[in-house]
This record gives sequence, C-alpha cells and structure tokens, in this order.
Amino acid sequence: MPVISTERDTEALTLTIVARFDAPAERVWQVWEDPRQLERWWGPPTWPATFERHDFVAGGESRYVMTGPDGTRAGGWWRAIEVRPTERFEWEDGFADADGQPDPSMPVTHAVVTLEESDGVTTMTTVSTFASLEQLEQLLAMGMDEGMREAMGQIDDLLAG
Amino acid sequence: MDPPQRLRDDDADAVFRALADGTRRDILRRTLTGPQSISALAGRYEMSFAAVQKHVTVLDRCGLVEKQRFGKEQLVSARVERIAQASGLLAEFERLWRYRVGRIDLLLDGEPSERASEEHPSTHPSTDP
Repeated sequence: MPVISTERDTEALTLTIVARFDAPAERVWQVWEDPRQLERWWGPPTWPATFERHDFVAGGESRYVMTGPDGTRAGGWWRAIEVRPTERFEWEDGFADADGQPDPSMPVTHAVVTLEESDGVTTMTTVSTFASLEQLEQLLAMGMDEGMREAMGQIDDLLAG
Repeated sequence: MDPPQRLRDDDADAVFRALADGTRRDILRRTLTGPQSISALAGRYEMSFAAVQKHVTVLDRCGLVEKQRFGKEQLVSARVERIAQASGLLAEFERLWRYRVGRIDLLLDGEPSERASEEHPSTHPSTDP
C-alpha cells in the first residue's frame, strides 16, 4: 500500500495524502512532468485524461480533457505556480469550457506536491486546498458519477486485499 | 465507504458564506468542544453582544450550530453531523487520490513508460480498473 497517511482538515478544507514509492524522486517526478505518464494516472476511474498541453514551468499552463464512459468530455486546466524539479510542484487546477478555455465560473483547487527521497525511496505529499464546501460539492457533482464511485470502490477493495 | 450526505446547492452557498468570516469560524471552533453561552462568546471578541449574536444567527441559519435556551442563557452548540458532511466530501477526494497513488505505483513498478508512447499522444492505456 503506497499511501501511508491521509489527513482531512474539515475546517481549512484541505486534504493531505502522503504516499511512499520504491523509486528515486527523479523517477517519481517524471509521472508529473511527462504528459504521457501523467495521463495514465490523473483521470479518475472510467474517465481517462488526455493532456493536450503541459507547459511544466512556473507560470506555464496545461490543458487536459477527460472522457467519460458515455463519451462525455470534461475539460480541465492547470496553472503552474512553482516547478522545482524533483522537489516541489505548486499549481492551480480548474475546469475548462468546451473550447478548452479556463471557465472562471467554476471552482479552482490549489494544490502542492512535494517529493522527498531517502535511500531510493520517495515520499510524495500532496495537499489540496478547497475554497469552500460549495466548491467541494461542485467538484464532486461534476467529476464523480455513479460508475466512477463503483469503480473506485472496487479499487479500494483491491488495494486493501 | 458510505457516500456522504449531499448538501443542496443553496445550503452549500449559505455554509460557504457563513464560514467566510473569521469570527464565525472561531465561534464554530469553540462550540465544537461544548455548548457556549452567547454572553461567554461575546466576552471573547472586541465587538458588541448584538454583533456576536448576529454571527451566531448566521451560523444557526445554515445549520452549522443550534441554539437552545437554558434558563436566562442562550446556549450555542455545533451541529457535528453538518461538519461531518464536510468530512464526507473530503473523503471522496481522498479516494480519488488513493486511486491516483495506486496508478502511479503501477506505473513506477515497471509498466514500460518513459517517453515511449510519445509517438501516439492521442492514445492512452485504459484507466479502467
């Protein structure tokens, strides 16, 4: 089980996930940096993501599209705030409209991932900060349908087993 | 894992507005540990009793706290189940991240990757479980 701890702060509305991978930080960094690797894990179950743009430098932007089982497409964007290779990535994640442009009426999530390597093992900490309960609701209503919940449940079972 | 109870949109709006204020967040934090009288709360802030009462009313309206009369005093308590909804929502995101971490682990664990698939940027392996 690579996830070693999680913390939900219901007051600050942050979610912290700490995971440990049996790989050097340089290798773990690649799954963020390389859009082809990124799209193999970013999209939720049954909603694979395709990154059409991934400008992985401070101030750079990314654009991705997730496609649901019924063909529904959902667009998203990232805006990189800090990119410190193999150590830290801070960014904003939001929804895009049908043309792939950031939709200002939709909520934006602030997130930071940090990598720390020790003896070839990398600890990855991600902290997601939500602006409000309303935003969390909206994100879940948009992004998570029944099929996805079901798939996620199966994965929970798989990982627990 | 149980799906969280959903907040309706307008409810969520009200909760958001209520929590946007530092004093109200502080009042909520204090009532989480046990019921507080409005006068005791009022003593903690540099504002009038009426102003504190107003903040409590905002929290009460969106269901984050409830008021009970106890003799001459009004006691304010946090509605823990409401706060649990926030926890439920975060829990769903936690599941998503657990899934993502599992996928990263598979990817690192020898799925041929590097930049080998760059020639076919529009195709990607199925993320179906």
